[in-house]
Amino acid sequence: MIAIVDYGVGNLFSLRSSFAFIGREARVTGSREEILAADRVILPGVGAFGDAADKLRQTGLDQAVLEAARRGRPLLGICLGMQLLFEEGEEFGLHPGLGLIPGRVVSMRPAVPDSLKLPQIGWNGLHLMKNHPLFRDVREGDQVYFVHSFYGTDCEDSLLATTEYGAQITAAVGRGRVMGCQFHPEKSGKVGLRILKAFAETEDFTC
Amino acid sequence: MISKRIIPCLDVRDGRVVKGVHFEGLRDVSSPVELGAYYSENGADELVFYDITASAEGRGLFIECLREVARTIFIPLTVGGGINTLDDFDRVLKCGADKVSVNSGALRNPGLIDEAAKRYGSQCVVLSADVKRVNGSYHVFARGGREDTGREALSWLREGIGRGAGEIVLNSMDTDGVKEGFDLPMLRDVCAFSSVPVIASGGAGKAEDFVTLFRECPRADAGLAASIFHFGEVTIPEVKRLLRENGIPVREVI
Repeated sequence: MIAIVDYGVGNLFSLRSSFAFIGREARVTGSREEILAADRVILPGVGAFGDAADKLRQTGLDQAVLEAARRGRPLLGICLGMQLLFEEGEEFGLHPGLGLIPGRVVSMRPAVPDSLKLPQIGWNGLHLMKNHPLFRDVREGDQVYFVHSFYGTDCEDSLLATTEYGAQITAAVGRGRVMGCQFHPEKSGKVGLRILKAFAETEDFTC
Repeated sequence: MISKRIIPCLDVRDGRVVKGVHFEGLRDVSSPVELGAYYSENGADELVFYDITASAEGRGLFIECLREVARTIFIPLTVGGGINTLDDFDRVLKCGADKVSVNSGALRNPGLIDEAAKRYGSQCVVLSADVKRVNGSYHVFARGGREDTGREALSWLREGIGRGAGEIVLNSMDTDGVKEGFDLPMLRDVCAFSSVPVIASGGAGKAEDFVTLFRECPRADAGLAASIFHFGEVTIPEVKRLLRENGIPVREVI
């Protein structure tokens, strides 16, 4: 069973539906026990870094996620959920993250030129940096759906994929069995479903 | 590079697509689920569903079909029509919508944009405006284009963005239904100040109109159309092929 961590942030209907679609049982849950009993864990999220980090801590589920990661359960953060895996985020002040991925989350300005709108909303191509199992069925340049104004940086060692938006922007990171996608695989059509399937099926996440 | 988006729009009444037409392989042309899946398989980058139902019973049917659409289609879904309160946002977001489009509801109560952006994030709030030239200035119309609010459109859109709208759908009533291309002057005027994505609507009659749109108005982010896609006059793969040939980035249809 895959646990989708419910800490009161974001719309989890599509995530659960996409796992059902690929024939994987996924449960939206706010229970520490259920999260730790799951084979794999999804950390979703939309909104602002600080608010979400606070909610995750207030519900105590930050500890459940950290414990699941410590036990070696594959963990995938999505969108803001990916950003929360980092050490800290600079959205409306400096906020600590889970610290599972070395690096910081910062505004896409000034890296992105003023001629481009923020947030980045829409489909953009993946530039694959490593031959990672998460992207086993994805080709260079395949497009996925992004909605974000902040991005992970200082994370060169964990970088799995980038996307070009006036600058090379972190699109996916991975460190051992902890992974994160800045884009929404559950909204990225067939390409997204392939990524979720690879996450659900892979045993060995080494590159 | 980010792609320009092509978005078909489906009007739904009592849970059925209005103006549904026959596509090969489509058993039920009026089924939002089947037509949505068809578009999703055929290159749509996003889907917009407008609920034009008047009755509470019809609303229930819409919610049912929205839930079914969201179970089977994994591209962004925008829902509009009859969105007047935060409860309306809640109702459609719970059933799988990713974005909610407000129009008359926001004109009546502009604070709805602030409240919704605060609760769900700006990325979730789409401000849709029906705009028509009246005596040389742009006026916003309410109630599906039936009522001139007298409000100047550019200032309304500016205000909407300031209040937290994350995207704009600009529907030109002057070009809507004419099928001679998008309203480029109006779009340019809006794109000149909009800090959020602008979705062009109204006037697409042929694939070339999308090329003209993005070439003449490069800051437009997406083109939305209904009837030309529904009637099969133009297909999305055809539009995308032509855009790609003209050097405009689009998502590959796979």
